Amino acid sequence: MIRATELTKRYGPTVAVDELSFTVESGRVTGFLGPNGAGKSTTMRMVLGLDRPTKGAVHIDGSPYRELRHPLRKVGALLDAKAVHGGRTARDHLLCLAQGNSIPASRIGEVLDLVGLAEVAGRRIGGFSLGMSQRLGIAAAMLGDPEVLLFDEPVNGLDPEGILWIRTLMRKLAAEGRTVFVSSHLMSEMAQTADHLIVIGRGRLIADSGTGAFIDRSSQSYVRVGSPRSAELAALLSAKPSGNSAVAVRPSRDSALTVEPPAGSAVESHGDHLRVTGMTAAEIGEVAAAAGIALHEVTLVQPTLEAAYMELTRDSAQYTAEGPTA
Amino acid sequence: MNSMNGILLGEWTKMRSVRSTMWTLLATAALMIAGGAVFSAIMAASWDNLAPQIAASFDATSISLFGAGFAALAAAALGVLVISGEYRTGMIRTTFLAVPRRLHVLAAKAAVLTVTVLTVTAGASLVSFLAGQALLAPTGSQASLGDPGVLRAVLGTGLYLTASGLFGLAVGALIRHAAGAIVAVIGLIFVLPPMASALPGGWGRYVTVNAGQQIMATRTAEGALGPWTGFGVYCAWIAVTMIAAAVLMNRRDA
Repeated sequence: MIRATELTKRYGPTVAVDELSFTVESGRVTGFLGPNGAGKSTTMRMVLGLDRPTKGAVHIDGSPYRELRHPLRKVGALLDAKAVHGGRTARDHLLCLAQGNSIPASRIGEVLDLVGLAEVAGRRIGGFSLGMSQRLGIAAAMLGDPEVLLFDEPVNGLDPEGILWIRTLMRKLAAEGRTVFVSSHLMSEMAQTADHLIVIGRGRLIADSGTGAFIDRSSQSYVRVGSPRSAELAALLSAKPSGNSAVAVRPSRDSALTVEPPAGSAVESHGDHLRVTGMTAAEIGEVAAAAGIALHEVTLVQPTLEAAYMELTRDSAQYTAEGPTA
Repeated sequence: MNSMNGILLGEWTKMRSVRSTMWTLLATAALMIAGGAVFSAIMAASWDNLAPQIAASFDATSISLFGAGFAALAAAALGVLVISGEYRTGMIRTTFLAVPRRLHVLAAKAAVLTVTVLTVTAGASLVSFLAGQALLAPTGSQASLGDPGVLRAVLGTGLYLTASGLFGLAVGALIRHAAGAIVAVIGLIFVLPPMASALPGGWGRYVTVNAGQQIMATRTAEGALGPWTGFGVYCAWIAVTMIAAAVLMNRRDA
């Protein structure tokens, strides 16, 4: 378990991390999300004792990193996969780390097998591709069979196969009961990997919740409706609500239709299609059928983590490209 | 806390597993031996043309150890490489993740450097001395290890070169960039000492290698520090630099 308490890092007048408090629990993958420059890497470096907090503290199972007895046996971390001496072989790289933490040399073969680098163990790291370096970084993180794992942007620059491999590995590690803390600015990746999310922007905590709850709270699902008579349909669907939870459709005396949409529903017109919230696709279909309106499209659009994240971090992105405002 | 034995082993693995450090170590020994042999051979060849007063004051030991001047630079470069290589590649972060007590890392690097450089350079110095004396033998001016001060000068050369390596490590840990650290080391052991010697007041004898090289002399020159006093002063320069490096290494973000 990782616990940060009012963690703060200032570089001169710039505040990189601002009174950040959070807990990373074991047994699940915790995603650490934020736009570029939000302070994710700085936070991770403070967790690992590489950077000193200006204020506040961070503990791993109750101890600051610098006081861990054999740190690699407790915590494994992948920061920058290319931050290795290219002149060293993969095996020697792992050997010097193992020796410093009194990890038996036999473990080196095991982790090289785990990441699929056994065949290139004797080759110099300088000639490794980014994918291979990433695997070596993970081998180094796994060297001490640690309970806590930190990965900083682990899928950066990886091919789809490598991304799938890392995702599966992280899920497996969490299922084994370990603490897995992974930073990313790729929301789609986190949506598929993380059980829990810690979202920061400009060094401040924006959200700390389960991935599902985060999506639900941040944006709603809607039904996209396409029809040649969309204006008529919109008029029917946006009639006075009934106060019931389901739509009510009644034919009225003058052969017109009385529709009472459920409370809280809304219809927005977006060009040639409608965006309906608060009603199911089935309900919309019933209304259209009763009114004799043809439907060309009825699609349930689930919110994405990406949309939720953009919504939340819109105000806190440090570097945004100038674009057309929608 | 990591075990110190493990940290030492790890640092030894790092040093031996990179070609640049092993080549620099080899270059230190080669410069030492080649420098002494070349100058001894030149002296032997021109012996008959030497002015009698020069021949009378000729010091066969110091000629055979002449390579130490160049070897000191190579040893210092090795010291710089041992630490700047980690900062250049970013490996230092992985190192500090494995061993978060940074002073233990610096101490282990210093210990491994001391043992390897001392072993290699004490051997090279002895080879250099013996080769030089063999080359000078036809002139009859050769020295032997039993002569006063000679054994101390020969082994002291190993100590001097080892201290120079540690000087490089300290400057490298302080400056963190290889190029900047090498320039600083050249300044401290090649440029500053002769300039300081030209200053009035005799302060020049306390400046880095002006003091440190006394341990390699069999005869103490007029106004110079004694062999051990001089070496002690050189070590003090290194100690001050190393302490500054240690304090900053502990305080700075990696």
